[in-house]
Amino acid sequence: MQLEQMSALELGEAIAAGRVTIPEVVSATFSEIRSREESLHCFLTLAEQSARQQAVRLQAIVESENPFEKPEEGLLVGVPFAVKDNLCTKGLRTTCGSAMLEHFVPTYSAGVVNLLEKAGAVLVGKTNMDEFAFGSTTETSCFGPTRNPIDPERVPGGSSGGSAAAVAAGECGFAIGTDTGGSIRQPAAYCGVVGLKPTYGLVSRYGLIAYASSMDQAGPLTRDVRDCAAVLQVIAKKDGLDSTSVETEPKDYLKACVGDVRGLRIGLADGAPDTKLQPEVAGALERAGDCLREAGAEVERVQLPYLEYMVPAYYTLACAEASSNLERFDGVKYGYRDKTARNLSDLYERSRTEAFGPEVKRRILLGTYVLSAGFYDQYYLKALKARRKIKEAYDSLYTQYDLILCPTAPTTAPKFGAYSGDTLAMYQSDLFTVPANLTGCPAISVPFGEDADGLPIGLQLMGRAFEEPLLFQGAALLETERKGGRSV
Amino acid sequence: MTTYETVVGLEIHVELSTESKLFCSCPTAFGGRPNSHTCPVCTGMPGTLPVLNRRALELAVAVGLALHCHIAEVSVFDRKNYFYPDNPQNYQISQLYHPICQEGYLDVPLDGEVKRFCLQEIHLEEDAGKLIHDESSGRTLIDYNRAGVPLIEIVTKPVFGSGREVVAFLEELKGIIGYIGASDCRIQEGSMRVDVNLSVRPLGGRELGTRTEMKNLASFHAICAAIQEESRRQTELLAQGETIRMETRRWDEGKNCSYPMRSKEEQRDYRYYPEPDIPRIEMSREWVEDIRRSLPEFRRERAKRIQRMYALPELDVTILTEERELADLFEMTVALGGQPKKVSNWIMGELLRLMKEYNVPPRALKLSADHFFRLLCMLEDGRITQTTAKEIFGSMFRHGVDPEEFAAEHDLLVERDEELLTETVQRVLTENEKSVADYLSGKEKALGFLVGQTMKALGGKADPNRVRELLKRRL
Repeated sequence: MQLEQMSALELGEAIAAGRVTIPEVVSATFSEIRSREESLHCFLTLAEQSARQQAVRLQAIVESENPFEKPEEGLLVGVPFAVKDNLCTKGLRTTCGSAMLEHFVPTYSAGVVNLLEKAGAVLVGKTNMDEFAFGSTTETSCFGPTRNPIDPERVPGGSSGGSAAAVAAGECGFAIGTDTGGSIRQPAAYCGVVGLKPTYGLVSRYGLIAYASSMDQAGPLTRDVRDCAAVLQVIAKKDGLDSTSVETEPKDYLKACVGDVRGLRIGLADGAPDTKLQPEVAGALERAGDCLREAGAEVERVQLPYLEYMVPAYYTLACAEASSNLERFDGVKYGYRDKTARNLSDLYERSRTEAFGPEVKRRILLGTYVLSAGFYDQYYLKALKARRKIKEAYDSLYTQYDLILCPTAPTTAPKFGAYSGDTLAMYQSDLFTVPANLTGCPAISVPFGEDADGLPIGLQLMGRAFEEPLLFQGAALLETERKGGRSV
Repeated sequence: MTTYETVVGLEIHVELSTESKLFCSCPTAFGGRPNSHTCPVCTGMPGTLPVLNRRALELAVAVGLALHCHIAEVSVFDRKNYFYPDNPQNYQISQLYHPICQEGYLDVPLDGEVKRFCLQEIHLEEDAGKLIHDESSGRTLIDYNRAGVPLIEIVTKPVFGSGREVVAFLEELKGIIGYIGASDCRIQEGSMRVDVNLSVRPLGGRELGTRTEMKNLASFHAICAAIQEESRRQTELLAQGETIRMETRRWDEGKNCSYPMRSKEEQRDYRYYPEPDIPRIEMSREWVEDIRRSLPEFRRERAKRIQRMYALPELDVTILTEERELADLFEMTVALGGQPKKVSNWIMGELLRLMKEYNVPPRALKLSADHFFRLLCMLEDGRITQTTAKEIFGSMFRHGVDPEEFAAEHDLLVERDEELLTETVQRVLTENEKSVADYLSGKEKALGFLVGQTMKALGGKADPNRVRELLKRRL
C-alpha cells in the first residue's frame, strides 16, 4: 500500500478494515514529511510525539470497541491531518506565520480542531501561511515561503499555501485552511487539490485568529471531492462560542458527491474585461462547461456583476477589520515584546514595528486610514454599500443559476517574486475568489487539467448559501472527467 | 455685568448585576485574586470571540422601559478602537450607531414640584480592567477581573441647572435601577460612575456654551462640589473675556478643584465601526412587552399603596420603600399575618441596625419572611421574651436560622413550668428578706429588684409579667 498516495477516506477505510494500523499510518506520514519538508517547508510546527501517542490510543479503541456508532462518523478515524497556523491548537505553538506570535502557545483549541480530533483524526502539525493570512503566495510568512510540490520554483499560493502543499505532497491525509478572500481555493488551485470555502457561519470561527471577521471561514483542503465532503461533514457544526455560527439542517455531503448534474442551471463566467486569463485556464473553463452540458446540466454564459468593484470593496473592508483585529497584538499580554521600550506608547510602537512584516503593516495602515474620522464615509461606508449591492446582485443571480462556474485564479501558480513590487497585481488576482467572501456564499475549487508546463488548473464553483451539496455535485462531475474521462 | 447660568448633562455608567460578564461566562463578582475571574475571551486572547449575555440585554431594556425610552428594534454593537492596556483587545465593544434605548425621561420631585429630565440614549458596553501602578517596583500590573463586566451608559440631554437637580435626579435613578435589580448603583464602589458635561451661558440664552467634561467624581458630594466649582471657573473666564477650552478635566476631591486631562484637539479618533463578531439581534416587540410586564412596582407607587393599605406613619413608609428588598420583606411578612406596625418596627429598628453593623446590602439579606413571621408569633404567644427575640433575630439575620429550631437548640424558650416558677419565686423571696421588707414597707422599687433576681435565676427565660404576678401574690 502506498499510504501517502491514498485519499483520506481510503486511509480511513483501510484502518477500519484492519489492513493497516493507525500507528503505521502516522509513521508513514512522518517519514513522508521528513523526506519532503526540507525542499517544501509546508510545516511550521510538527506534533509528532502527540500524534504518535494519539495513534496508539486510537488504535486500541478501534480494536476493542468502536465508539463511533454510526459508520459515517468514523470515516476519518486515524487519518492524519494538518492545520493552518492561524487556528489555535491547545498546547501547540500557533504563530500565524508571524514573529509576533513566534512563541505563542494557546490554552485552547479552535472549534474546528476540537471537532476533528473528536472524530478521531490525528493532528500532525501546523502549516505555513502568509503572515496573518495577508498574502497570496506564502512569501509573507516570517518563517520563509512554502514551495509548490508540483514545481518548487513556483509558489503554492496563499495564504493557506502550507496546507495546500502538504496535501498535494502527501504529507497528510487532509488539511484545514482558512479563506477570507480566496486563501483556501487559490492555493488549492495552484497545488492541484480540492479546496472549499464553506458558507459563512457553517463552520466555527472560534480559535481562528481573525483577519477579517465578517469574511473569515475555515474549510478543508483535500485530495478529492469526497474527502472534502467527509471533512465538511465533521466540521459543519454550530458552535456556542461563535455567535456568527449558525444552526443548520444536517446534510449528507458525501451522498452529494455522485456527480449528477442533470437539470442543474449553471452560469459560466469567463472573466472580466480587464483581467487577462491565461489561455490554458480559459480553455479548461470551456471544456468544463462542455462536460457539464454533456452530463445534462443547462450551461449558459453569464457576466459576473460588479467585477470592477470586487477587489476594491474587498480590500477596503478586509483591511479595516484587520486593522482592528490586530490591535490586540501590542506586546503587553502575549506575543513579541520589545525589551528596550521606555514607556507605554514606545512599547506599542517598537513591538509592532519590529514584529510585523511589511504586508501586515500595509494592511493595518490601509485599514486604519479607511476607518479614520473624515474618511469613514468615503471609504469604509462606501465599501459596505458596495458589498450590499454585490450581495443583492448575487442573490438575484442565484435565482437564475444553481451554480456559477469560473476560474479560481486567472493563471496557474506563478514563480516566486512574480508580484514583488506590484502588490496591486497580487490583490487583483483575487478577482474570482472574493465574491464568495463578500456574499458569504460557499465556493469550491477543483483541479481540472494542466497548463503547458504541467501546472494544475483550478476551476471554481460558487453557489447559494448553505447549498454545499450542489457544489459537491458539480465538483464531483468535473473531477470524474479529469480523472477517468477524456483528457483535458 | 452679564449673569450666567449653568447647563449640565450627564453620562452615567452603571454596572449591571448579571451573574456573568457581557461576552463570556466569567463571574462578575467583586473581589477575587487579580485575574482569577478571567478566561481567554475577556483577556483578549487571539481567536476568541464574544457571545452576548442575553440577561444584560434584558436588564438594559428594563432600565430603558422604566425611563420611558424608545427601545431599538435590533441590537447592534460597534467597536471603539483605542490602545490602552486596561482594554485587552485594544478595542471596546460598545454601541455608537444604534444605541439600545433612545430618548426617554425621568420625573423627579423637587421642591414640591415634579421636574422632568430628558434622556438622550442608553447603550450597552463592556467595562475595562484595572491598572495597578506599583510604586515600589515602578511597574504597572493589570487585573482583568472587571474587563467585560456589562455596563449601561445613560446619557442625558443638557437639562440640569444645578448640582441639587443632578443629585435629586441621580437619587431617583438609583432607586429605579435598584428596584429593577439591574444594579446596586454604589457610586463609592464604582458600580455607578458619573461624568459631568458642563457649560455656562448668559442667563436665558439659547445657544449652549463650550463644554467641559468632568471625570473622577466619587460621591454625590463631589458631583455637587465639582458643578459649583466648574461653573465658577467658566463664568470667571468668560467674565475676563477669555474662552472656554473644550476638554476633559479630572476632579480632585481633596483640593476641591479640577485639572485638564486632555483637550478635545488631542482627542483620540476611536474609528468606530460595526462589530462583526456579534450578529444583529432582533428585539421582538413581544419580548420587549414581556420585559415591560415584568417591571416591578416602583418606589413612589409602592409607597402610596403601602400607606393606603397599612396605614403606617409616613416615616415608616419612606424607610420601608427605600430599598425594594425591605418593602418586599415587609409586605410578605404582613401577608403571612404579621401586624404591620410591629413588622415595620422590627425592620426599621433591629434590621437596619444589623445591616449597618455588618455592612450587609439589602440584596444580600438572608432573613426570610417566613422565619421573621414565626419569630413574631413566638413573641406574641409569650414563648420568648423581647430580649431573646432580639438574640434570635440576630442569628436569623447572620445565618438564616429557623427561629423555633434555634430557640429550642439554645434553650431560649420561656419557662412555663409553674412549679419551677413558684419554687424559684419562693427561693428568691427567702434569699432577699431585706427587699421583701422594703416592699412591704411601701418601697415599690424593691419589686423590680425581686423580678430581676427571679429572671436571673431562671436564666432570663421567663415571662417577666408572669413573675411579677407570682411575686405579688406571695408577698
